[in-house]
Amino acid sequence: MNDLIQHLINGLAAGTIYALVALGYTMVYGVLKLINFAHGDVMMVGVYMGYATAGHLGREHQSTFLGATLVFLLSMAGCGLLGFLIERLAYRPLRDKSRLTSLITAIGISFTLSYGFQLDIGFLPGASPRAFPEIIKPHEWIVIGDHDVIIWNWQVISFLIAILLMLGLQILVFRTRFGRAMRAVSFDHRIAALMGIPVDRVIAFTFMLGSALAAGAGILYAIKDTAVQPLMGLYVGLKAFVAAVIGGIGHVPGAVAGAILLGLTEEFVVGYAGDVLRGLGAVLHLDSLGVGFTGSSWRDAVAFGFLIIVLLVRPEGIFGRVTAEKV
Amino acid sequence: MRVLRFAVVALMALGCATACEERPKTQESETTQGTGAATGAIAASGETGPADANTILIGEVGSLTGPEATFGVSTRNGIDLAIQQENAAGGVKGKKLKVRVYDDQSKPEEAANAVTRLISQDRVAVILGEVASSNSLAMAPKAQAAQTPMITPSSTNEKVTQVGDYIFRVCFIDAFQGYAMAKFAHDTLKVKTAAILKDQKSDYSLGLTKVFNTKFTEFGGKIVTIEAYSKGDTDFRAQLTAIKSAKPEALYIPGYYTDIGVIARQARELGIKTILLGGDGWESPTLTELGGSALDGSYYTNHYSPEDPSPHVQQFIAEYRKVYGAVPDSLAALGYDAARVAVDAMRRAKDLTGPSIRDAIAQTKAFPGVAGTISIDENRNAVKPAVVLKVEDGKTKFVTTVSP
Repeated sequence: MNDLIQHLINGLAAGTIYALVALGYTMVYGVLKLINFAHGDVMMVGVYMGYATAGHLGREHQSTFLGATLVFLLSMAGCGLLGFLIERLAYRPLRDKSRLTSLITAIGISFTLSYGFQLDIGFLPGASPRAFPEIIKPHEWIVIGDHDVIIWNWQVISFLIAILLMLGLQILVFRTRFGRAMRAVSFDHRIAALMGIPVDRVIAFTFMLGSALAAGAGILYAIKDTAVQPLMGLYVGLKAFVAAVIGGIGHVPGAVAGAILLGLTEEFVVGYAGDVLRGLGAVLHLDSLGVGFTGSSWRDAVAFGFLIIVLLVRPEGIFGRVTAEKV
Repeated sequence: MRVLRFAVVALMALGCATACEERPKTQESETTQGTGAATGAIAASGETGPADANTILIGEVGSLTGPEATFGVSTRNGIDLAIQQENAAGGVKGKKLKVRVYDDQSKPEEAANAVTRLISQDRVAVILGEVASSNSLAMAPKAQAAQTPMITPSSTNEKVTQVGDYIFRVCFIDAFQGYAMAKFAHDTLKVKTAAILKDQKSDYSLGLTKVFNTKFTEFGGKIVTIEAYSKGDTDFRAQLTAIKSAKPEALYIPGYYTDIGVIARQARELGIKTILLGGDGWESPTLTELGGSALDGSYYTNHYSPEDPSPHVQQFIAEYRKVYGAVPDSLAALGYDAARVAVDAMRRAKDLTGPSIRDAIAQTKAFPGVAGTISIDENRNAVKPAVVLKVEDGKTKFVTTVSP
């Protein structure tokens, strides 16, 4: 029973991070119909910015409330700027080209960032992993039994931040003038431009917002999993993308739901698939499913299998709307 | 939706490509510490060709540049120190020794070229190298074909010495470490139950897991569960939660230091208080930076410890420090041992032809190396003890040696 609760907490914590990254994917896709594959790497850059800021603050100040807020704000601002630059220099010139062109450019930017950060010259950090400083001092908030289940303060804080950001985005998109402009651009940016909507500015702002979100997500991720290295964005970005597609890409609550679903699925696959299959192996006398057999290897297979099923059965995602496609 | 589907396929391919990208296997340690400066001329100092009648040439191939440069430089320092000492002690059969070293830029194809040059142009008596098993595997067939004995200081992959009867090593093989830790855990730590968390993408980790599993069970212990992760994972909580509920007294994690720190932190976060055990993949100055206090009280097996109190080890450290101004790491110690085993064999050999030297190396018994006493077995691997180190307050401390 305690196992189950602990797995549930682990899964929620993982899902929260996927959710925050997925929000960025979904927002950019919603407005531009562009899958910004560099999103995970922007997140990685944000984490390094946070790492540098925390380093400058020093051990004493980084874990105060003010210090932690500063780490978040500076890296979010830095990433917002990075997002602006990427959009201005890489995506805007290609906006009227075929969508595949932008997609490949996005992959190019992703590689430039993740492999560029492995260099060890100037401000670039080099390939070796670092430990992210403890900017939220860990406390055990809830302890069940004899340390059978432990809930830490940062897990709760991350979860709350994710929910708040989701609500904030939902309000921004559906309750503000700017949100209406975003939706108009999303519907048809040429017509939106004719209606006097500053399309360039709306798109630039969307990118900045998405990138700032990525930085925030990245820092929460770094607090959770501590190791910071230049390839960290690729993997999380991939998982968040899957989550966004499962939830229905372009749909804000869908991205969060998809992410949490994915986080929980992965957790339970690793936690219980081994037991289930070992049990099966014992019944069927299959030696290959012996004690050494683990469920861990099924994690990614299940995550991507889930994606394939969603794309086959409900390609618009769980929450997505069906849109007629002109052929 | 079509674009989306394309994107999904593209991304999955991409994810696979990055996931499958294997880092070069680094036996020993991915260490970056105290290398000192390489003395003398690096790589093909302009001279080539065979030596004059009063000199014996020893060939060395090392990664002096490239991602594994610290490995090559440390090894080279160790070899140079050994040759200086042997020359001061009178050389071999009245002749002076000289090392000719070529840089392979940490690439197997360059290592193969370098060994060809050493054999055909320089006609070296013995070849020393490489550190990385993949590079040694590129070199070994050429040395074997030319009947030139080759000693790798630190390639631990089994396959290297299986290439042929001219290929030797002065380090233990991967499987031995698993045995050493199982023995230490059972005999010294008195642990009755253990769990294993393995890296399912690494041959190194799987090899250690297999041996630890069988040996620990043979000694009367019980493996309660085996969980797996993949290189690149950052969230190990699901596996650790499963391990926690199995309540082992020790957790064996034969992985690389990059993952170990994170695993240790997450284990403590979940309230797992068991002893953590590991192998030489843990050896790195950044291990404790990544793991922090979560690693305190953990043990891992390694080739050598500068804290080994044996007088000949302490003497080696003092001399090394005098020349290079740093404490020698495992790679320097193994390079030193490899060179001395080669010189010792040449002294005992009846002449300096390849087959005679080969026979002499094969007969090496109880040679007092600084990284353990070396006996070469019938598979041309060194049978030698492993050291067990303990992590305490961010430092590693020598605990004991485990003999085969």
